[in-house]
Amino acid sequence: MKLTGAEILCETLTRLGVRELFGYPGGAILPVYDALGKSKLHHVLVRHEQGATHMADGYARASGGIGVAMATSGPGATNMVTGIATAMLDSSPVVCITGQVSSKVLGSDAFQEIDITGITMPITKHNVVVTKAEDIARTVREAFVIAKSGRPGPVLVDITKDAQQASAEFAWETTTPNLPLKRHRNNHDQVEFDRAVALLNTAKRPLILAGHGIMVSGAMRAFEQFVRTGNYPVAMTLLGIGCFPAKDPLNLGMMGMHGEAWVNNAIQEADLLIAVGMRFDDRVTGDLRTYAKNARKIHIEIDRAEINKNVKVDAALVGDAREVLEKLIPHIETRDHGPWIRHISELKGDSAVRDIQSLPDNGHLYAAHVINDIWKETCGEAIVVTDVGQHQMWEAQYYHHDRPRTLITSGGLGTMGFALPAAIGAKFAKPDSEVWVIVGDGGFQMTMSELATIVQEKINIKIAIINNGFLGMVRQWQEFFYDKRYVATPLVAPDFAALANAFGIRGERITKRAEVVPTLRSARESAESVLIDFRVEQEDSVYPMVAAGASLSDMIRRPNNPLVETATEP
Amino acid sequence: MQTLVAYVENKPGVLNRVSSLARRLAINIDSLTVGPTENEEIARMTIVAHTDERGAHRLEASLEKLVDVLLAENISDRALLERDLALIKVSADQQNRPHLMELIKVFRARVVDVAPESLIIEVSGTADKIDGLLEVLRPFGVLEMARSGRISMTRGNDLLRPPAAPSQGSEIESSGASVQ
Repeated sequence: MKLTGAEILCETLTRLGVRELFGYPGGAILPVYDALGKSKLHHVLVRHEQGATHMADGYARASGGIGVAMATSGPGATNMVTGIATAMLDSSPVVCITGQVSSKVLGSDAFQEIDITGITMPITKHNVVVTKAEDIARTVREAFVIAKSGRPGPVLVDITKDAQQASAEFAWETTTPNLPLKRHRNNHDQVEFDRAVALLNTAKRPLILAGHGIMVSGAMRAFEQFVRTGNYPVAMTLLGIGCFPAKDPLNLGMMGMHGEAWVNNAIQEADLLIAVGMRFDDRVTGDLRTYAKNARKIHIEIDRAEINKNVKVDAALVGDAREVLEKLIPHIETRDHGPWIRHISELKGDSAVRDIQSLPDNGHLYAAHVINDIWKETCGEAIVVTDVGQHQMWEAQYYHHDRPRTLITSGGLGTMGFALPAAIGAKFAKPDSEVWVIVGDGGFQMTMSELATIVQEKINIKIAIINNGFLGMVRQWQEFFYDKRYVATPLVAPDFAALANAFGIRGERITKRAEVVPTLRSARESAESVLIDFRVEQEDSVYPMVAAGASLSDMIRRPNNPLVETATEP
Repeated sequence: MQTLVAYVENKPGVLNRVSSLARRLAINIDSLTVGPTENEEIARMTIVAHTDERGAHRLEASLEKLVDVLLAENISDRALLERDLALIKVSADQQNRPHLMELIKVFRARVVDVAPESLIIEVSGTADKIDGLLEVLRPFGVLEMARSGRISMTRGNDLLRPPAAPSQGSEIESSGASVQ
């Protein structure tokens, strides 16, 4: 069968199981768009190519599959860079397809020509330029294999316009991936394995650090069995949230910079840390010199380059989390760890009393209340997509996720503007799920043009803007570390409810706590998207906090009664 | 200083990926040589990097994550044969030429080009040996110099070979131990 390169691309994507892709047309990708029109693929027209990459990312994270984004050459491709980097840092399998100028003029600075493979080399797992129609199918199939295998990541395929236009013979069987033959490393090191088993069976104060890798590997069941067998308390990384039910008594919650005090204290007191599918990010460890000094460490990790990168470990088990856990389980002796678990409960101490949820209503609207109410109203069942900053940390603290892939957030890169487009992608992946965006007034303004995409695609997403009139997390740092010099953080925003109306979306504005629940209920009852502008307390801070580079033991604790203090202000 | 060997796909852009990776890890490359192997589709690199063992581990593991890198191995601790090649153009007049020839003999180097005012000396060996020759040549006036950078190979039965397709024989299985 003779097809054009553009038709081959659409046929290949269809056969790979792609239903939707997110993109924006332009000159160098026009042949593909012409073929798209004749295919069964559903193209979602975004408002900015960054949005396309975040949508593909959100699609991948919600579904566990691969997200596809498309853009033209030059500025279309460069607009994708932030989204690609976001996917790279969070190991998300995204395939980006970009148009490129004709191979005959490559390197001549032709109109809208840019070396996008050069630009994205350090932020993709792999990238490649295709200049011949007959190479398109195999290359795209290889891109899918690379994006999803091992530690996943984004792959960019740059296809020249003449390759899209040229005709070539197409036969699926002749385009099987032909990737370079790599050395097969035998990761099963018996010495390391035996050492890990010995550590597990002798620890008095063990603690699991559960990361994103558990979700990526689909190891939830094995992980739960592992936890139950050894009776290990579990601390979560931000991206690990959801891999083990929040309601489980062994789940302590999030660790790190804004982790609860008892979680960080437990890490500092543990005699064994079992890190599963996490990478000891600096937001998790704080100062490495004082990190978990009492603990031996086991690291279960698929990426060999992560072993001993930040934290030196005593036993490294390189491999897929599920495979390694399944191999470990039969060797683990069941322990009670009662005294240790009781001790952690004691560590909670006054934290529960300090918790904002336990304090009486003083008429002010706090983000923590809003997010906790969203959790209650959605019965913890929604897919929540967050941006980066204060609202992101409050979400992690006050929305309790019991199921995997229900919190989608930009962790590693910390990308503002991620939430809204990523939620659109998540909704396409899980059309029957309730999807909530929780976003700050700053990040929302970075990609709010995607509201038009929501309307054009007629999808149902609920958007909660945690609007405090500041770039809140930066303001908090200025309050704590720069003597309250609020440079460039006070932020003017449009009337978000009116803005939503202008897009054709229902908008609400909430200023009082009593209005929160009724508004959430009415928003949930609507079959269409609703945007709610929550005007929350302006100078509220996220507690506890470990300052950047400080020891995990030195936390800035929640004030004993923040509400009384703020309430008495004039 | 750490020495790594990598087998890579012999195609455009791979050198860029390798050097870009080292730059990203903030590892300074002292020398990097690359050339085809007996299989022209595969090239072999010797990378000498300014880093410690931990940095070398990261470089090795990160290199192997690149799709086009078939194998990367830190061989710093192994019994190695190391070679560097240098061409040194040195001023030579009638008077000092005999003295120069004696030195060249001592270093087991050889003269590969003779001109009225200068000689080109070819020398191969360890970096130390070449540095040594360079020191003694300096007083004569070194006009130009080109060095190949280091190539390294593990000695004896310690084989470091690119992975081969399983169908191509069981020999890889048997030599597999040395690849670990």
